[in-house]
Amino acid sequence: MKRILTALVFFAALVAAWQIVCLEKVWSPVLVPPPKAVALFLWDNTFNPWHRDLGGAVTPNPNQWQLFLAISITLKRLLAGYVIGLAVGLPMGLVTARFRVVHDTVGVLALGLQGLPSVCWVPLALLWFGQTEGAMLFVVVMGTLWSVVLATEAGVRNVNPIYIRAARTMGSRWLHIWLKVVMPASLPFIVSGMKQGWAFAWRSLMAAEIFVTILTGFGLGQVLHYGRELNAMDQVIGIMVVIVLIGLLADKVLFSPWERFLHRRWGTG
Amino acid sequence: MTLEQELAAAPSAKLAVQRVSKTFRTGRGSVHALERVTLNVNEGEFVCLVGPSGCGKTTLLNIIAGLEAPDEGVVLTDGEPIRGPGRDRMMMLQQTALFPWLDVYDNVMFGLKLKPGLSAAERREVADYYLRLVGLERFVHAYIHELSGGMKQRVELARALAPNPRVLLMDEPFAALDALTREQLYGDLQRIWGERRKTIVFVTHNVREAACLGDRVILFSPHPGRIREEFKIPLPRPRDINSVGLAEHATEIMRALKGHMRTTEVQE
Repeated sequence: MKRILTALVFFAALVAAWQIVCLEKVWSPVLVPPPKAVALFLWDNTFNPWHRDLGGAVTPNPNQWQLFLAISITLKRLLAGYVIGLAVGLPMGLVTARFRVVHDTVGVLALGLQGLPSVCWVPLALLWFGQTEGAMLFVVVMGTLWSVVLATEAGVRNVNPIYIRAARTMGSRWLHIWLKVVMPASLPFIVSGMKQGWAFAWRSLMAAEIFVTILTGFGLGQVLHYGRELNAMDQVIGIMVVIVLIGLLADKVLFSPWERFLHRRWGTG
Repeated sequence: MTLEQELAAAPSAKLAVQRVSKTFRTGRGSVHALERVTLNVNEGEFVCLVGPSGCGKTTLLNIIAGLEAPDEGVVLTDGEPIRGPGRDRMMMLQQTALFPWLDVYDNVMFGLKLKPGLSAAERREVADYYLRLVGLERFVHAYIHELSGGMKQRVELARALAPNPRVLLMDEPFAALDALTREQLYGDLQRIWGERRKTIVFVTHNVREAACLGDRVILFSPHPGRIREEFKIPLPRPRDINSVGLAEHATEIMRALKGHMRTTEVQE
């Protein structure tokens, strides 16, 4: 409770500082809109049902739910790319760890491509797939895949060999060893790889959405991009806040339970 | 018939190590870990292998466990050559090999689940029995990191005993423990060995520990690893590691050990 309170006070202080800067007119309100403008943008694009024009006439708000639509489009793309990245990356990491020849080939490729910022895939994806969902998916998968491969491989290679010896003396053989010893033993690495993969997927998708304009749906990145085009700073900052919040939420919902589990079993921080 | 052959042919030998040699090639050259080692261990016997580090005791244990293959020679259990690891020969190491992702109970169950011909209820019964035997019935659902070093080794012991192996191979299992815990475990191990009549091969570099636990103490010397001498310890059990009689045996073994180390140094 006290920790939550501390966090709340911290963020309230940040917003207060922001407000003070705006009141003192340090920068133009076009560049630094006050917190209220950003809050209004968020309200207008989520729950606000009505618009009141200057004459006092009330009309339905065309922007209502727009933000949720953008979020759902973005999350769908993110999940699709992330799940494919995991589904391919995990087995690929296992195979890379198991066979030296794969390690010397695919492993090096993975290491190289992981170092390639995912936004670098955008031009290639645009030429190959055009302005389609396929281009988007490709960029996200490329952003996720390699870090998952490398983390899984590191996990398997770091399994203490005495676990395998112990399992063998107890009568465990290869498939059983992989399923019941190697996989659980490398879980700490795999979870941190999944977390890293998620972070990379998220970054790649934002890069892709900002650069790839497609008509099959406006995701958060695209709304952010149009905020820039329209000089609507409240929109730019509002979307950035939403992106940060989704990142935090994903961390709490997707990874915290795993990390608590590992902490309880392994006794590690 | 030479004495060696006669011993190898002895019918009561549970384990027969016959002229086993092993050389490891490393980046800096080769290490002659074992040279023509012959050793027989009878059913229900407690044998301690003692020697300085690098004398091949651990290698011999790994070969008996079936985790490594000898370059020459053969190891027989009940007259059958060893072809790989088997649950009739369980191993226990100095470093804990308990699985941190499982709790104490599931660690003990790991080997039991792999043993055919047991119902789920029987497996539970066996696990409970051995956890009680090592005195951990109150920590059945603790995780490994929550246990002290001594408790971890007790779990290791229970896990090794649970599939009911006839041979227990122990590689300095108590070396990392504090003296008090170690003394408790000497008592427990002797009691369990007495109750369950296991054949135990126990590797240590602690001469006193060897004299306390072993029916026989086998002295190894390094470069290449060879058996040098053998001591029978006819003391009654349970033995107290601090007793005077035991100290006499330990001193004798220690003197022999030092003598062999001197001769090896001269040879080199």
